[in-house]
Amino acid sequence: MTPDQARTMLEATLREIVPDADLSTLAPGADLRDTFELDSLDFVELVDRLSTRAGFRIEEDDADGLRSVEAATRFLVAHTDGGGR
Amino acid sequence: MPSLGADMDEGTLLEWLVKPGDTIHRGDIVAVVDTAKSAVEVECFADGIVEALVVDPGQVVPVGAVLARLDENGAPPEGSGAEPVKAAPAPEKAPEPPREPPRERLHEQPHEPALPAMAAAAPSPLVRHRAHELGIDLATLQGSRAGGVVHRQDLEALAHRAVSRPRVSPLARRLAETAGVDLSTVPGTGADGAIRADDIRRVAAGGAPAGETEHRADGQRATDMRRSIAALMSRSKREIPHYYLSTTVDLHRTVEWMRERNRELPVGERLVPSAALLSAAARAAREVPELNGHWVDGEFRPAPDVDLGLILSLRSGGLLAPVLKAADTLDLSQVMALMRDLTRRARAGRLRGSELSQPSISVSNLGDQGVESVLGVIYPPQVALVGFGAVAPRPWAVDGLLGIRPLVTVTLAADHRATDAAIGARLLKAIGRILATPEEL
Repeated sequence: MTPDQARTMLEATLREIVPDADLSTLAPGADLRDTFELDSLDFVELVDRLSTRAGFRIEEDDADGLRSVEAATRFLVAHTDGGGR
Repeated sequence: MPSLGADMDEGTLLEWLVKPGDTIHRGDIVAVVDTAKSAVEVECFADGIVEALVVDPGQVVPVGAVLARLDENGAPPEGSGAEPVKAAPAPEKAPEPPREPPRERLHEQPHEPALPAMAAAAPSPLVRHRAHELGIDLATLQGSRAGGVVHRQDLEALAHRAVSRPRVSPLARRLAETAGVDLSTVPGTGADGAIRADDIRRVAAGGAPAGETEHRADGQRATDMRRSIAALMSRSKREIPHYYLSTTVDLHRTVEWMRERNRELPVGERLVPSAALLSAAARAAREVPELNGHWVDGEFRPAPDVDLGLILSLRSGGLLAPVLKAADTLDLSQVMALMRDLTRRARAGRLRGSELSQPSISVSNLGDQGVESVLGVIYPPQVALVGFGAVAPRPWAVDGLLGIRPLVTVTLAADHRATDAAIGARLLKAIGRILATPEEL
């Protein structure tokens, strides 16, 4: 997965959970939970959907790596073929 | 029209999901009703065939009004095939004069969910005679004594009320008190000139009585939601002498145990600490029945089950409090699944009527909002509200040393009329103990 693909995937998933999310002005490092007021249930949902889309199981311990757009994109790239493995 | 919350006195029928001739079963969703707070899916309470839809979409009717007629003899109970069966007598039903026995009112929910259904004992001949003199329909009356039998005092009290002041719905009365509106100046537009909540709102807003109902726009919904919360919370703070207790619980074992479990669970079924907190609150409420129930007519009435109200904030603002029925009997995965489902549907405006019935105790979990503790306002007629703050790593004394542990502040707001602080303390202690052995949840 390229960084662009990862970002597109993340944005599509976020929009499913927060339909009116304004992603155009979102800073790459901004905390997703704070910005969109995601509660722990929303976050489980986000990780679940991302896991399904990306095609691999995202462990709970790794979920912290999904805090911001930047971190999540990096995580997705590193754990798929785009990571150079 | 079922009562979909203590603060509802009327509802707008938005949409029928069945038509005459349809065979329906208990629990089927038959209609969508709009209340001040939300659109709600209404379930049927019996098996049968729809005979007639009495109320048209767009119509506003009071709680208790007949929405549709159902032929209970027409349909066999679910799963019994086509063989003819005697209609099972509906439980918890008010005694009714023997008119058209096969016809059943579609929705049998009592006005105040907290009150027991009318008991089967018949009023005495003397009472019936007096009722006839006064022109009171006994079938509409709830007795004040044990067993719900109507006594003569009930009749006299009703007759006295009838001459001394206009009929006013409970919500309207509360709104009038809050808004400082003199009830004698309000023209009622309800049945027999009864004053409804909308009449008060119009007078309070300085408007003239309106005849027709318009659809509730989003802005109107937000306004109604605010008013509804305002009325209920004002009543709570006016009537309930709250006392507050608080304790800190170490969630180390819960968090560790959950992490282990989550390694094995599918991603979508992973547990979050909130589920354990809810579960613990429900089990603790079972252990301390003095806090699980309702304050009605000057006395505490314990509830038979722990029906846990889950106070949810909506993205658009406002609150909904759907109920997890018999929450103390559910395992953690069930609580987690229900919590997710209720939260999702509450936010989408697709809750069902039965999910908005009166809880026996409520929980406010503001941990995700990052607050440390919640000193809640009790939802009348409940007598207790449990609050959870954020689960956060903090310094904590462990075996005589300083450790870092995931801690949560658990609070209780309780009604001092119903209990004293010693009882409240028991509930908090139970929550702490239950959370120390998460594998039993």
